[in-house]
Amino acid sequence: MKTFSIGGVHPHDQKLNTEAPAKVLPLPKQVCVMVSQHLGAPSQPIVAKGDKVKVGTVLTQNDAFLSAVVHSPVSGTVNKIADIPDASNYPKPAIFIDVEGDEWEESIDRSPEIKREITLDGPAIIQRVKEMGIVGMGGACFPTHVKLMPPKDAKAEFLLLNGVECEPYLTCDNRLMLDHAEEIMIGATALMKALNVSQTIIGIEANKPAAIKHMTEVAAGFAGIKVQPLKMKYPQGAEKQLIKALTGRAVPSGKLPINVGCVVDNVATCYAVYQAVQKNMPLVQRMVTVTGPEVPEPTNFWARFGTPVSEFIAAVGGLPENTGKVISGGPMMGKALCSDEASSVKGMSGILILPEKQAHRREVYPCIRCGKCVEACPMGLEPYLIASSAAVKDFGLTEKARVMDCIECGCCQFTCPSNRPLLDCLKIGKATVGKIIRARNAK
Amino acid sequence: MNVTIIYAIVLLAALGLVLALILYVVAQKFKVEEDPRIDLVSDALPGANCGACGKAGCRAMAEAIVKDASLTGCPVCNEENIAKIAEILGRVAEKSEPRVAVVRCQGGTCNTTPLVKYEGYQSCAYATSVFPGEGGCPFGCLGLGDCTKACTFDAIHVNPQTGLPEVDPDKCTACGACAKACPRGVIEVRKKREKTGRVVVACVNKQKGAAAVKVCKVSCIGCGKCAQTCPKQAITVENNLAYINDDLCVSCQLCVRACPRNAITVLPKEKLRPAPAPKPAAAPEAPAAPAQA
Repeated sequence: MKTFSIGGVHPHDQKLNTEAPAKVLPLPKQVCVMVSQHLGAPSQPIVAKGDKVKVGTVLTQNDAFLSAVVHSPVSGTVNKIADIPDASNYPKPAIFIDVEGDEWEESIDRSPEIKREITLDGPAIIQRVKEMGIVGMGGACFPTHVKLMPPKDAKAEFLLLNGVECEPYLTCDNRLMLDHAEEIMIGATALMKALNVSQTIIGIEANKPAAIKHMTEVAAGFAGIKVQPLKMKYPQGAEKQLIKALTGRAVPSGKLPINVGCVVDNVATCYAVYQAVQKNMPLVQRMVTVTGPEVPEPTNFWARFGTPVSEFIAAVGGLPENTGKVISGGPMMGKALCSDEASSVKGMSGILILPEKQAHRREVYPCIRCGKCVEACPMGLEPYLIASSAAVKDFGLTEKARVMDCIECGCCQFTCPSNRPLLDCLKIGKATVGKIIRARNAK
Repeated sequence: MNVTIIYAIVLLAALGLVLALILYVVAQKFKVEEDPRIDLVSDALPGANCGACGKAGCRAMAEAIVKDASLTGCPVCNEENIAKIAEILGRVAEKSEPRVAVVRCQGGTCNTTPLVKYEGYQSCAYATSVFPGEGGCPFGCLGLGDCTKACTFDAIHVNPQTGLPEVDPDKCTACGACAKACPRGVIEVRKKREKTGRVVVACVNKQKGAAAVKVCKVSCIGCGKCAQTCPKQAITVENNLAYINDDLCVSCQLCVRACPRNAITVLPKEKLRPAPAPKPAAAPEAPAAPAQA
């Protein structure tokens, strides 16, 4: 079985209750839809207080190239536009909608039949993906239509689908692959048409044997799509690591996947593309894993965006008594939430509830120069050097040590026997060096 | 035996003489002419190499001063230093008002309710990228001490009781390193005003009133009462936050008493004068300001 070549760690995968079917989270009384849910130019609300909206009504927009629209995930009345904490815990503008019934825009095809024949041509598919507000659903929320328009000097050869789900605990992609394999394949075919490529490889880690089996069977009926089981290793779901694992190609420092002829999309994104292209359905909901070691029944929920985190927690029977931390995302790259007021967004793949004894950091000891972080780094960096230079503000050295290549996967901090806050320092370094480079380029 | 010692002494003495001669000739030939005053000025400067002047160090500043820079170019110099430098250079010392760093936040652990606990890397620069603060204020002091680390003069320390940094005005040289290090711009360098005390809006929260009240007991809500009270129009309210223009402020302390949120304070606290006993005396003064405007 294949995997990427350097670095990586092996956290316990903790995939709990994977056999359980996905449930549909009941509509909350009110949703808070974050105005900006993607990477790039922030969107602006185009609705006002008192407006009636249906599911699929466009709420926010921005004409910039690197941007994505947000559609109303529910039908009802816009109550107000006010700040609520987002996943970064800072107050950000959100549109509050009081839910009334569940009325969808007429243009959306909600029939359960799978529509196999793709009638749209390449540019029309890209246009549709843009109009339907589709962003990368692995977590980074990069607008998908931008990925489908490679620069003129680059040519895509492969479409790579990420069904790796290397974050411990999360099971939503696994569930999606088991429930909607055929839709994912049709979505992939549409993406292949848009990109004008003939090969798709779907990477799935070995801890999901049922998904590998099912996807392989379904893929047999589609031209050019192949499923590749992968050896378990974190962070295999990271773009560059997945490219290395599936194609053996290495993305050079400072370059993009398209420079080595690859476009990587998550299986969940692919499913959203199917819904958009074949059913004209905007991105209004996603599968969210609600899990944790003490949660009685970890479940995957289909939930509309804007649903408060508290609703998810209530749906699994409330917070267990000894809860220490609630994380948006997985334990490796997720962010601890400050409040359950936060609402679900396009990039939120899971809500992880950790008990008190697993919620805390361990005591920090001095670096013993063991080099474990260097071994673990999947980008071949020297995390101890970058971290210590950033901590003493020697950003020249931080830059020389290639901090900008860091993918913030957290392997170094995970593996450090002295529990040093390596990733925290790396992030300071990356942010500051990024600013320095931008200032230099602006001159 | 004796001969060996004599040989050695003679040989080393001769060698030393020859080398000294070479050194002398070279030193004469490649002599660098330098203004002797640079050394003197350099000695008169504080010598902390803090970099607050923007030069590479105290010596670079000394060179600049001798060349023709302002005598007050070094923000750390006190009057004594400046007088000494002026004497060396035969220039007239300009008077400069002493300044000091001011922490514009009273939140800390005493006036906010901690909602979460932060265990990550103990650096404000990092913490600000992760969360608003334990009390939830996205603008206020995080209390993790980036300012303390930046201070070369041991003048600013986080008080464990309040969770807020406190400036020692005697040690503070107003170099501004803490203000630069603070990722949230909480610290500002203002006039020292040793006699009257420094009147400061000790809040940097730009949230709207309701949100600002929610996160802190002593937050500025931008109500504008202080601006109305100020007889000198020194106070402006922008983005729901009042700010006192240091050049216009006369330390009358009327705004301190007008603030319904206790967000305006006098530093040091002992300089806060009690409200004047006869109320009517202060009252006509207050409406007089809007009438002028």
